[in-house]
Amino acid sequence: MSTPPVASRSSGSPRVLSAASLLIIILASAVLWEGYKALGQAAGGVWPGTDLGLPIRTNDRAMPHLWDIWASLFAPARRGGEDILLVILLEAALYTWRSALIGFLIGSATGFAIAVTFVRSRLAERGLMPYVIASQTVPVLAIAPILVIWSGRLDLPSWVPVSVISAYLAFYPVAIAMLRGLRSPEPTASELMRSYAAGSKDLLTKLQIPAALPFVFPALRISATASIIGAIVGELPAGLSTGLGRAILGFASSFSSAPEKLFASVIVASLLGITFVGLVAVAERIVVPRGARIDPDLARVTGDPRAVVAA
Amino acid sequence: MRAANWRTVAPAVVVFAVVLVGWEVGVRVAQVQSFILPAPTAIAAAVVEQWPTLSAAARGTFGGALAGLTVGAALAAAAAGAAARWSGFRAGAMPLAVAANSMPIIVLAPVANAWFGLVSPVGTVVVVAVLVFFPFMINMVKGLLSASAAHHELMATYAATRRNVLWRVQVPAALPFVFSALKIATPLAVIGAIVKEYFGGPQDRLGQYITSRAGLFQFDEAWAAIVVASTFGIFLYLLILLAERRVIGWHASLRTTN
Amino acid sequence: MSAISLSGVAKTFRTSGSSDVAALDDISLEVRSGEFVSLIGPSGCGKSTLLRVIADLLPPTTGTVLVNGASAHQARLARTYGMVFQAATLFEWRTVAANIELPLEIMGMPRAERRGRARDMLDLVGLADFAEHHPWQLSGGMQQRVAIARALSFRPAVLLMDEPFGALDEMTRERMQSELLRIWKETATTIVFVTHSIPEAVFLSSRVVVMSARPGRIADIVDVDLAQPRGVDTRADPAFFSLVTKVRESLRTIEVDP
Repeated sequence: MSTPPVASRSSGSPRVLSAASLLIIILASAVLWEGYKALGQAAGGVWPGTDLGLPIRTNDRAMPHLWDIWASLFAPARRGGEDILLVILLEAALYTWRSALIGFLIGSATGFAIAVTFVRSRLAERGLMPYVIASQTVPVLAIAPILVIWSGRLDLPSWVPVSVISAYLAFYPVAIAMLRGLRSPEPTASELMRSYAAGSKDLLTKLQIPAALPFVFPALRISATASIIGAIVGELPAGLSTGLGRAILGFASSFSSAPEKLFASVIVASLLGITFVGLVAVAERIVVPRGARIDPDLARVTGDPRAVVAA
Repeated sequence: MRAANWRTVAPAVVVFAVVLVGWEVGVRVAQVQSFILPAPTAIAAAVVEQWPTLSAAARGTFGGALAGLTVGAALAAAAAGAAARWSGFRAGAMPLAVAANSMPIIVLAPVANAWFGLVSPVGTVVVVAVLVFFPFMINMVKGLLSASAAHHELMATYAATRRNVLWRVQVPAALPFVFSALKIATPLAVIGAIVKEYFGGPQDRLGQYITSRAGLFQFDEAWAAIVVASTFGIFLYLLILLAERRVIGWHASLRTTN
Repeated sequence: MSAISLSGVAKTFRTSGSSDVAALDDISLEVRSGEFVSLIGPSGCGKSTLLRVIADLLPPTTGTVLVNGASAHQARLARTYGMVFQAATLFEWRTVAANIELPLEIMGMPRAERRGRARDMLDLVGLADFAEHHPWQLSGGMQQRVAIARALSFRPAVLLMDEPFGALDEMTRERMQSELLRIWKETATTIVFVTHSIPEAVFLSSRVVVMSARPGRIADIVDVDLAQPRGVDTRADPAFFSLVTKVRESLRTIEVDP
């Protein structure tokens, strides 16, 4: 009978191990892409030994070489154009990010306000909480065209509906995590505050909000991604001439002639998400003291921030 | 007990009624044009009238969402099992999963369309599966590693095999985390399936239905489709809450004092 | 014959920094079959480490551990050890009875026999009425009794207890001590018991092993020749007090002369 060792000791620093493992996984994925492509082409697009077609075609039209995707970033985006694709995509990303940032800020502020309202009024919580949860089951992205028409009627700038959709997706994680955080101090801590004759405002600003900060940042990271998704998808019907959503839609329609451009824009969109979340993580490092941080990356955590978001 | 239940539910019911009536009256009194905001009664009428089309469209879209959810969860379980078992793999896979989770994965929709074709249901399944994979995987890994060192020591004194530890300790300990993931992933799957169709998809699906009706300024019908979609989303969410109560009723978050 | 035989056991923890930490040094001890031995000493004297070395949860750096003539590792695989921690470490998704059955399940005992054994164990610790309760519905003292029942369910030759009553209030603690002595008498198990409390060590043990800190060494062994069965009267016995004083003196010498 084999039994596992109770205490396993890893050699080397965890940072080095993590970096090495990360590199291996990324390399393996690249090898998988190119390997699938090479094998598929060698076998004529079927499973070797059968005449069953492969799920994804392996020609350069469907799966461009990774190095072609990379090279396309530095080639002119349009035949005879001046700007290389990377510059155009970065400009688009910046535009999208601006709408997303506005949505993120509005959404977080709304989430914050909802949580504070709920923590102060049980009635408000009972009346509105089910709708806060239900709000996330509404395919709000689908009402984007309607929002575009509304804002057109009101003569608002074209980024407004985009930011509104961003905000709609971004408020929810903050509202739920903030509510959990505001309720996190032990009853004895509130009793102590009361013994100092603290009012409910002091209770909020000196106890509940500081206690909620560690809960809020993991939620803000989720909101950051949500706001980017909202902005990209919100741009689709908005009839904008720029933005990542626009670029992705454009390159999707020219996929058969230049597939690498779509992949390049997907990569830039992914990097935008990671960058935004990274910035929030940096803010967390500044605002929340080390010991109080809830790290969603950590394998062993007791207070699961995603559980917080879902509950 | 019953009275207390009613007291917790009543405010929500009152809000629902007030908003619905206010909406209806507001639209009628101010004579809001239907392409700005249709009245609830108009939307309800559209649901009834369009039901054959809507239900067929919903079946296709929700089928794709549920299939994607299942595939994504199964793949995530395999990946999480591997990550929980091999710390070297975990060291790289977890940061990668967290990074992937910060990406707007829905932008893969046009890639899926190009790969699998606009009319194929495979595209939706793939996009939804990728969408839900990372929340599932991250939560499952955390869950599988959530049992305390003392619990593992205890199993060692029983000379328990790794398989025993996995199925009798790690998997039950992971269940609350799986439910957390389900609560995130299920709405994500439904919305993801619709938005995927938004980037292009079969005409007889919910996403295309909404965009085409909105394009034709038939907003009562577009809203009708949205109502159908969110009703399904809420139904799934309630189903999860119910299952959660049955499966992990022992968990601290669900205990009812006896 | 000795149930547990330690000779020249040392344990050094390698830290990632510069210095290694010597937790145990040159520990030699014989524990007779059916004996009740307590380990007592200041924090950091390595008494919990010693318990884990005996249980084969930690390998000793040097020295040998023999349990009933076999190595600690073989003894663990032969399910020789029942272990009880300061926290009850019950599995919260299992009922009280199912918790007690867990080691039996792992050891492949048929269901009917398991049921019967769990019932016997619940009778032994006086919790027959709580078989179908979940751990969180029990008080701390009751949870710890379940942990003891679980540790004894597969009739291990050796019971290792790591401050099992450390988290209980004084009243519950004294009641639990009497219970444990009764169970020890009924089951004839060899018990090694780690504690911080001098009266607890004296009341329970046939021998008290006093340990010094950094590195953990055996400083003194006090024989406790109080009459069995011990009870409320024992705690008022002058002999009890003089033994408590003796252990206290022994601990004090360590602190004065590190």
